[in-house]
Amino acid sequence: MSQLKRRDFLKAAGLLGASAALPVNLLRAAGGGDLTVGFLYVGARDDFGYNQSHAEAAAVIKQMPGIKVVEQENVPETVAVQRAMEAMIRQDGASLIFPTSFGYFDPHVLKVARRFSDVRFAHCGGLWEEGKHPMNVGSFFGYIDEAQYLNGVVAGHMSKSAKLGFIAAKPIPQVLRNLNAFTLGARSVNPDITTSVIFTGDWSLPVKEAEAANSLIDSGCDVLTCHVDGPKVLVETAEKRGVMTCGYHASQAALAPEGYLTGAEWNWVTPYKKHVQAAQAGEPMINFLRGGLKEGFVKTSPYGPKVSAEAKKNADAVKAEMMSGDFVIFGGPLKNNGGEIVIPDGTDYKQTAVELERMDYLVEGVRGQI
Amino acid sequence: MVESDLSIFLLALLAGAIRVGTPFLFVSLGECLTEKGGRINLGLEGILVTGAMTGYAVSYLSGSPWLGVLAAGGAGLCLGLVHGVICSLPRVNDIAFGIALILFGTGLAFFLGKDFIQPSAPMLPSIPLGGWSDDTRVRSALNVNVLFFIGVALALVLHWGLRGTRWGLVLRLVGDHEDSAQALGYRPAGVRIVATGVGGFLAGVGGAYLSLYYPGSWNEGLSSGQGLMAVALVIFARWQPINCLWAALLFGAAGAVGPALQAIGIGWGYYLFNAIPYVLTLAVMVITCRPDRTLSGAPGELSLNR
Repeated sequence: MSQLKRRDFLKAAGLLGASAALPVNLLRAAGGGDLTVGFLYVGARDDFGYNQSHAEAAAVIKQMPGIKVVEQENVPETVAVQRAMEAMIRQDGASLIFPTSFGYFDPHVLKVARRFSDVRFAHCGGLWEEGKHPMNVGSFFGYIDEAQYLNGVVAGHMSKSAKLGFIAAKPIPQVLRNLNAFTLGARSVNPDITTSVIFTGDWSLPVKEAEAANSLIDSGCDVLTCHVDGPKVLVETAEKRGVMTCGYHASQAALAPEGYLTGAEWNWVTPYKKHVQAAQAGEPMINFLRGGLKEGFVKTSPYGPKVSAEAKKNADAVKAEMMSGDFVIFGGPLKNNGGEIVIPDGTDYKQTAVELERMDYLVEGVRGQI
Repeated sequence: MVESDLSIFLLALLAGAIRVGTPFLFVSLGECLTEKGGRINLGLEGILVTGAMTGYAVSYLSGSPWLGVLAAGGAGLCLGLVHGVICSLPRVNDIAFGIALILFGTGLAFFLGKDFIQPSAPMLPSIPLGGWSDDTRVRSALNVNVLFFIGVALALVLHWGLRGTRWGLVLRLVGDHEDSAQALGYRPAGVRIVATGVGGFLAGVGGAYLSLYYPGSWNEGLSSGQGLMAVALVIFARWQPINCLWAALLFGAAGAVGPALQAIGIGWGYYLFNAIPYVLTLAVMVITCRPDRTLSGAPGELSLNR
């Protein structure tokens, strides 16, 4: 009995091995010329946040002719993502892959990309460097701090207490850039405004986020926003307590019909389409892709019912300047909240400046420490 | 300014103790009951998550949050019974099966809960006890959920029930000395299965509190180990339901320290403050668990002590 089993096992293993050894190209040819695109998300697709913003754009890509989409959610930033990508390539014949979480990039995407040099990997959030990273890898990201600056402008007009609250996950450059832009936007309206920041320590900690929202409201903040993966908890808690919110990642207007002011949203359709079209046309991989409001990488939520005409006018004017490409968020002289100059007088960092992608300070007006 | 900061901080601790502590209370009461019968159910973490999902789903589908709480308890009861029955089989280790149950419960909840992340379910009501105050902060802090009072009442009832009723005595006898219970004509396995089932019910209700009141939504990152910490909490409480109440409040307040400190502008060391509940758990374990002696109050049949 046991011998028979062993023989069956060997047979099955042999078959498996043979199928694994089949050239990837052969499998792909069976797809009939369609481009198979794979998407990987770190969380659930419908979390009212970061992952939803990606999944919504993936749904648009799905509608394009000649495209087949495969998706996998809840893929942790571990070796699991390497297996998931490999499965997409081998079993589904994917030749363009969008690993959408920051932590996938190094070493996971880089490792798999070296093994499958004819597959394109378009990673969201990383920083591709020439000579160091493989040519079939690209990184794209949006300058969402522009939309956060606009959030700040609206919040600055609407706040009565001149105290704003920001719930942040971790003190990494992208988060700090949003926090600083939000604060600068608000202080452009009223220089007395302060933003209290609470770092929760991780991307999704609902109990801690609710606790942070309550603490901020108790300390007098009357407009809240955040940079965590799912702003749902924050927006709902604030709405329950009658406090205004600015959204992040996707629109949370449906969760707070009263207090939702506006929001900073991703519009991943733009970079996705660029990558898909390049792959379909057989053009070289786009290794480095960035853009803001002007390029259509990010957008703002429609204004909520509470927003005053004055706030709308001011925010629209700033937005128009951003669309024309002249607006500078981080210009000198700029002090950190310890009073030291971080950007000297006369220096303007445009959005594309790499210095901004290495931000490690909190600007004047932020109450908190890194 | 300093004084008002302090009052904000203390208020946040008080409110946090109740808000964050309630799920700890339910789960630890459930675990207390289970362990009194001489078994450890580590799977309460999985039951908590399943309860949270079930409660949210049923509340959304039926429109009644109380029905959701009941369904969450029911789901917990089922999983608790599974644990109870399987661990009654010969040579099944309750700790190992508990770990399996954590994985099973969370996996099941994630799988079935996919469709309920997006919709908003009706929430449990709360009792406004702060009506006397003009301060909205005090009023908000004293908005206490009904489940908290049920939990407090339950702690009192269990405290009395374990000492003063026949049921309580049988449970304790089974947990303390299986052979005597058998000699007296009781069936230890049956008693334990019931105790584990009821413990599961309570853990499920604790999960419903998470998804239906605070923070009040269902998603896959909802629990941050509350179910596992409750096991440590029971040891900390020396298997006394009343002490479970105080321990749950303490752990709740500990969870509120990190955000509250940052809100009043104390920004340094927040990783440390955020870790306080876990540090507390570890400290409790280190202080109370020594290999050379049995804990006072520990049920004699508990596999920890054998």
